[in-house]
Amino acid sequence: MKLTLKVWRQKNNNSKGQFESYQVEASEHMSFLEMLDVLNEDLISNKKDPVAFEHDCREGICGACSMVINGQPHGPMKGTTTCQLHMRSFNDGDTIYIEPFRAQAFPVLKDLMVNRDAFDRIIQAGGYISVNTGGTPDGNAIPVEKDQSTLAMDAAECIGCGACVAACPNASAMLFTSAKVSHLALLPQGEVERQKRVLGMMKQHDEEGFGRCSNVTACEAECPKEISITNIARLNREYLSASIGSEKMA
Amino acid sequence: MKLDGKVPPGNLAEKWVKYKSSMPLVAPNNKRRIEVIVVGTGLAGASAAATMGELGYKVKCFSFHDSPRRAHSIAAQGGINAAKNYQNDGDSIYRLFYDTIKGGDYRSRESNVHRLSEVSVNIIDQAVAQGVPFAREYGGTLSNRSFGGVQVKRTFYARGQTGQQLLLGAYQALERQISLGTVEMFNRHEMLDLVTIDGKARGIIARNMLTGELERHAAHCVILATGGYGNVFYLSTNAMGSNVTAGWRVVKKGALMANPCYTQIHPTCIPVSGEYQSKLTLMSESLRNDGRVWVPAKKEDAVAIREGRKKGVDIAEADRDYYLERRYPAFGNLVPRDVASRAAKVECDKGHGIVATGHGVYLDFADAIQRYGSSAAHSLGLHNPNKAKITELGEAAVKERYGNLFAMYEKITGEDPYKNPMKIYPAVHYTMGGIWVDYNLETNIPGLFALGECNFSDHGANRLGASALMQGLADGYFVIPYTVGTFLSNEIRTPKFDPDAKEFKDAENDVRDRLQGLMDIKGNQSVESFHRRLGKIMWEYCGMSRNAEGLTKAMKMIRELREEFYKDVFIPGTRDELNPELEKAARVADFLEMGELMCKDALDRNESCGGHFREEYRTPEGEAKRDDENYTYVAAWEWTDTNQDPILHKEDLVFENVELKTRSYK
Ligand SMILES: Cc1cc2nc3c(=O)[nH]c(=O)nc-3n(C[C@H](O)[C@H](O)[C@H](O)COP(=O)(O)OP(=O)(O)OC[C@H]3O[C@@H](n4cnc5c(N)ncnc54)[C@H](O)[C@@H]3O)c2cc1C
Ligand code: SF4
Ligand code: FES
Repeated sequence: MKLTLKVWRQKNNNSKGQFESYQVEASEHMSFLEMLDVLNEDLISNKKDPVAFEHDCREGICGACSMVINGQPHGPMKGTTTCQLHMRSFNDGDTIYIEPFRAQAFPVLKDLMVNRDAFDRIIQAGGYISVNTGGTPDGNAIPVEKDQSTLAMDAAECIGCGACVAACPNASAMLFTSAKVSHLALLPQGEVERQKRVLGMMKQHDEEGFGRCSNVTACEAECPKEISITNIARLNREYLSASIGSEKMA
Repeated sequence: MKLDGKVPPGNLAEKWVKYKSSMPLVAPNNKRRIEVIVVGTGLAGASAAATMGELGYKVKCFSFHDSPRRAHSIAAQGGINAAKNYQNDGDSIYRLFYDTIKGGDYRSRESNVHRLSEVSVNIIDQAVAQGVPFAREYGGTLSNRSFGGVQVKRTFYARGQTGQQLLLGAYQALERQISLGTVEMFNRHEMLDLVTIDGKARGIIARNMLTGELERHAAHCVILATGGYGNVFYLSTNAMGSNVTAGWRVVKKGALMANPCYTQIHPTCIPVSGEYQSKLTLMSESLRNDGRVWVPAKKEDAVAIREGRKKGVDIAEADRDYYLERRYPAFGNLVPRDVASRAAKVECDKGHGIVATGHGVYLDFADAIQRYGSSAAHSLGLHNPNKAKITELGEAAVKERYGNLFAMYEKITGEDPYKNPMKIYPAVHYTMGGIWVDYNLETNIPGLFALGECNFSDHGANRLGASALMQGLADGYFVIPYTVGTFLSNEIRTPKFDPDAKEFKDAENDVRDRLQGLMDIKGNQSVESFHRRLGKIMWEYCGMSRNAEGLTKAMKMIRELREEFYKDVFIPGTRDELNPELEKAARVADFLEMGELMCKDALDRNESCGGHFREEYRTPEGEAKRDDENYTYVAAWEWTDTNQDPILHKEDLVFENVELKTRSYK
């Protein structure tokens, strides 16, 4: 199949970027990133600078790949990362627009690469259970109800890619944040720090410049792991009760 | 050089406990002054850095990823072993130890493997406490499944994302230490050299991948947890960035590379479909709990399938050859990986392969769907359910167990694995070989330690499924925090090292020259094209089966390829900017040397064991034939010069507890 690509090229964070047009010959069995590999091999053979994009596992789990394809983070296929998207989702002769995830808190590094350190800082603000190594009780000493554990796992599947932010008109990272808050709040092990966690993470979320959720639900639609928006509802409840709790304490 | 494994005295079951309680310690006030560098944030590195931070050391942690959470460990699917015996099916620490020694084809150190089995139980407790959402039973207890090469259920899992969940647990522990200021994190920093002072490891040279700047980092000791080198084969199940550079650089500084030829070829991966392919995708071993492996018994059926005239479902039951069940009735589809992979190759070489290239076999869930479906119908109290209902219930049950793997398969191949058997073929997956370490996980360079997949320590010539996660976390959480004391307790009076010292500046200049040298070649071929060609040589001659003639030829071909690389590689851009092509070039340059050493090691080992199958050494039934008389040793290679032969050092393996037997899964 013959494709026209309009790719966002930007040398670094200080320079202005623009779309460049490329022709590429691909096969429908290729993954989207393999199609970009073909483009890059071609650019390199013409001694040109290849398109920089993030990728590592290429199986939808590391969360590295991050691009907006025809206006959609991770492209047109539901529940699929860019690396798992295959060219059979496109047609011969298509023009495809490829851009980086755009958000104030995700500055562009080069071409399609952005800086997502803000996510690590949200986790640092409480996205954990404070146990040191050793001295923990036997694994079966803490029974966890199966359905509850399933819900926790559903939330824990978040790969930290940032598509939710890119999809949201407010550039909110509340789906990401709520996934971690939910994962830990749903488990008995997470109970002790429940209030402190949600307050800390939301404070950091706001400080990073992510917007608040206004129920647009684009995040859920674009999330490659189909993290449910009910997690945001849970986050809001947790946040509210923690805020009241902390007022009482004060 | 005499290699001393530093195995403590005493009987096997008590060694670690006794050693641990008599080990020199570093007092808390001294820990605060001691700096430790950890390179890598996979399971091994993240768990080590977090734990060392908790203990009070000043930790600097490095990763070439943009976040510790993206390390390759994130991709592990199937599970993690532990000798908990929660299923009451006869498991024990000894049995896990024995299975691992046997699975490794008697080429690992007894003492290390026993320690691994002992601490395996602590890992599960730790992960649960961190909130890792392992699969559960209705009663709320932890659930287990079986993996290859064992007859008990001891594998803990979190759907098909066990590595992700365990890594997130370790990552969160690490982020907590970062927030507390005990660990300083350097993302997007690639270690390009080790710095030694007076023979001891005292720091690294790292390249800031965003700016291209070279940085000098000093510490009292250096811990590598940099993962495996499977990508020397170009196509593997490893993440694209996985590489050998950190390991290879320390070898060039005098560390030894042990058993480099021991590579694991995983039997169940999605087959290669075209030249453009950049990586291969694993279908977790857990699928062999329920999937049955087969090829058409008649060659003409295989040909018809390859030509698209027939499909797997068209082949009558009687015309299918479930060759693992036929050849290995005791373990059936759950034979170890090396055995399953070779068996697939045998069938395909005979002409029974079922994909266009000829390299593919079926992994079929039709029976499992019916079995689960009937059982679900029964528990729902449905009498005389029809086949459609059973299939529906069965598919739901299979989905609950393996849903994400089935979805992944469908995304890649465009075929529905609930309706058609999966097509699979072996692919490079894991490297048992790695940096030589003693019982303390210390290399022969004092102060340099190696953990996780980058060392050679626990899996012998073949790793059992679900044991890499166990080893990475054992090393990081429960071994290195203790054993590092054997070195650091003598360093409490050593002042901080100055990163402006001559040794650091020299090392930095070497790295700069090396990178500039690569930039200056300005040839015509891409880095990728060299990597792909190296991979082909490795797969052809040093892959699933090897022979002396092929290995000799491969070494020559690799040397020629290396020469061509240094004459004709082209790297766009400059050295002092974000430049992914330069990063790749430096890694491929190291693979081009490592590959040759792997062939050399394979050629030197005149026996077949585990993943190392030499065609000249096999039993009449075609099974691997070990030579315990002459090869019961670890081959640890010392690098001298690119143009000279490496020097072999042997560490004899002494088996005091296990009797060496021919491995049989029949
Ligand atoms: C697809 C797949 C599925 C698997 N499934 C299982 C399973 O179910 N069970 C199981 O037990 N095992 C499994 N394995 C094996 C297991 O995942 C790995 O062996 C294990 O995760 C390796 O962990 P590690 O910490 O040693 O290294 P890695 O996770 O590879 O981490 C390496 C780290 O080192 C860093 N690094 C490397 N070089 C440098 C450098 N030069 N400078 C700076 N940083 C560097 C990287 O950034 C990274 O942080 C699987 C492997 C694959 C490929
Ligand atoms: S919630 Fe979904 S879109 Fe957002 S970071 Fe997690 S996986 Fe990505
Ligand atoms: S490359 Fe890892 S999720 Fe896409």
